[in-house]
Amino acid sequence: MGIDRRTFLKRLGVGVAGIAPGSLLSPGKVQAKEAAPGGTKEFMGVLVDTTRCVGCRSCEMACADSHGLPVPDIGDTAALEKVRPTSETQWTVVNRFNTAKGDVYAKKQCMHCNQPGCVSACLVKAMEKRKDGPVTWDANCMGCRFCMISCPFDIPKFEYDSAVPKIQKCSLCWERLQKGEKPACVEACPGEALTFGTRRELIVEGNRRIYGEQGKYIPHIYGEHEVGGTGYLYLSAVPFDQIGLRTDLGATPYPEFSKGFLYSVPIVLLLWPAFLIGVNTLTGRKNDVRRAQGGQQ
Amino acid sequence: MNGTTVTAAPMENKRTLKDIIAFVLSELKPRGKMLTPFNVISGATIILGAFLILYRLVRGLGAVTNLSQDFPWGIWIGFDVMVGVAFAGGAYVLTFVVYILRSDKYHSIIRATVLNGLLAYVFYAGAIFLDLGRWWNITNPLFGNKFGANSVLFLIAWHFLLYMLAEFVEFSPAIAEWLGLRKVRRFLGSLTVGAVVVGIALSTLHQAGLGALFMMAKGKIHPLWYTEFIPVMFFVSSIFAGLSMVIFEGSISHRVFSDKIDHRDHTAYDAILIGLSRGCAVAMFVYFFAQFLIFIHGWHWSLLNTPMGYWYLIEMIGLVAVPCALFLQGARSGSVPLIRTAAVLTMIGIIVNRLNISIIAFKWWIPLSERYIPSWMEIVITLAIIFTEVWVFRWIVTRMPVFGGVPAWAEEKHT
Repeated sequence: MGIDRRTFLKRLGVGVAGIAPGSLLSPGKVQAKEAAPGGTKEFMGVLVDTTRCVGCRSCEMACADSHGLPVPDIGDTAALEKVRPTSETQWTVVNRFNTAKGDVYAKKQCMHCNQPGCVSACLVKAMEKRKDGPVTWDANCMGCRFCMISCPFDIPKFEYDSAVPKIQKCSLCWERLQKGEKPACVEACPGEALTFGTRRELIVEGNRRIYGEQGKYIPHIYGEHEVGGTGYLYLSAVPFDQIGLRTDLGATPYPEFSKGFLYSVPIVLLLWPAFLIGVNTLTGRKNDVRRAQGGQQ
Repeated sequence: MNGTTVTAAPMENKRTLKDIIAFVLSELKPRGKMLTPFNVISGATIILGAFLILYRLVRGLGAVTNLSQDFPWGIWIGFDVMVGVAFAGGAYVLTFVVYILRSDKYHSIIRATVLNGLLAYVFYAGAIFLDLGRWWNITNPLFGNKFGANSVLFLIAWHFLLYMLAEFVEFSPAIAEWLGLRKVRRFLGSLTVGAVVVGIALSTLHQAGLGALFMMAKGKIHPLWYTEFIPVMFFVSSIFAGLSMVIFEGSISHRVFSDKIDHRDHTAYDAILIGLSRGCAVAMFVYFFAQFLIFIHGWHWSLLNTPMGYWYLIEMIGLVAVPCALFLQGARSGSVPLIRTAAVLTMIGIIVNRLNISIIAFKWWIPLSERYIPSWMEIVITLAIIFTEVWVFRWIVTRMPVFGGVPAWAEEKHT
């Protein structure tokens, strides 16, 4: 009996219905790479030289001050007794680590990855990688907290005790950057432990310090390659895992890990319906034949 | 397909909209005994749950949940969504068997299965709403101009929505039969195969997609559980998770709603169970074998001799390999109790697996005192959602032709 026009059109309709979400959901580029499209702007970042940090926590105070967060009492050294994570009210914290080379202080905040996991996790683009480098949060967020699952550094923090909760984290002072100012923490640092600049310049400067004073630093800039490169870069005299930085994260940008799945989406949405309609047609014919032959069933 | 010999439609008895509304209103009235132990317990839980949901919306997530900065996802995601959606997998597997492969054997259970799947998505995937901190923005992935199309969660949000529509279309002929709308019934019936095809494609992707959500949690999930194949494993396990749920739901329904089920279906039911059992066994064997290859490939032998390693072995041997063998034995000997035992074990295994990946093996280095353990309120709300789903399921199957009782005018001509 074959396929009459009506049935054919019906099947075609189903196929097209399958293709439509397929093309809608097909991934484009997973994330911006080193520089913004057009190449007019470079990613900005901060170089943290932990050999220069004295643990004064001026950066913590400046950060709280410029973002309207509760200002910490930086005279109270008890806060340094244990290693603190960042929180929804403390976007940056300085921690003290007891190492073979004595006490080392290290600042912690959002790393502003080149290809951030949180940004590719966000289904409403509330998390955004700005053209000049900062990773920022916006109020169209649904509060699903997938960014928290996907951040290799556990940086996005959620306001659980609010009925109108926000995701809180360091924004690299994006609002100040737009005015041509430096991030508040960099400006407040009295020991020049923090240097603000383009990533490219900061990597050059980091290498200059490493090779200028042989043996002073671990010969590696943390963040140059970690998770595909980060905006915050660290220099240290002791191995990085001794100052609270994960050294097991690898150099693969985190969005790459879900790329394999995302790339399979349009393929499955195109091939599966075609296959299913084909099988459906075949089994239908089989029944026709059986019926034509007198039908054992 | 076989639409050339259209028999003259039986006399359409004219029903006005007013008739239909009056009929629906009369159907809304509760039936049967009200004060059964189940009704009392579930009713009280639903009322308490409703108050807690209100409290959660007014005071924020922290007021009712034990979620923390370290554990952003709790049982509302790890159990309600992850497990609920896996258990709903029976719908896409059986619609494939019945409508694509055209196996008549399972036709009698297809409506109950599709209904179960539809309600599971409405209630358990709907639990996402409670978990969203900024729930008023829930439509942002659907409308507007800021689509995170590179997000796995964006895909899942769309797929949940579209799949609910597809399942509703698959189930809608039963609603039309209930309302006595013959023309509508005929139209809706013609959409079924299309909805099935789209539904299967969507299911394949979002079952796997739930696993893909954890791809970027690399370094946070214990290496025995984190593999790049989590999405594939989620898909394969949803096959036997769904079929086990069909077996489990069927054995309860056959007791509770036995008067609703056609006699011939009762006798054919054991054959169906044996078929489902065989399907489970095959899918589980594939799953177990793939997990074994992943384990070998991952070179994690030394991790087995740790507490997490023992827990992993309990999951893989006790809750996958053992029920797989029981299904096989049950199908061979035709033992229904054995098949039911295997189904329950399998379902426990799915719960353990999904909770392991989302909660238990998540940041496994954090000591128990700082770990996420659900609050009683999270559990009550989850139970309230489950009970509400059961109530709605019961309301529908006692009124619409789900287990049987399809009106003669609507009997499908199997093509």
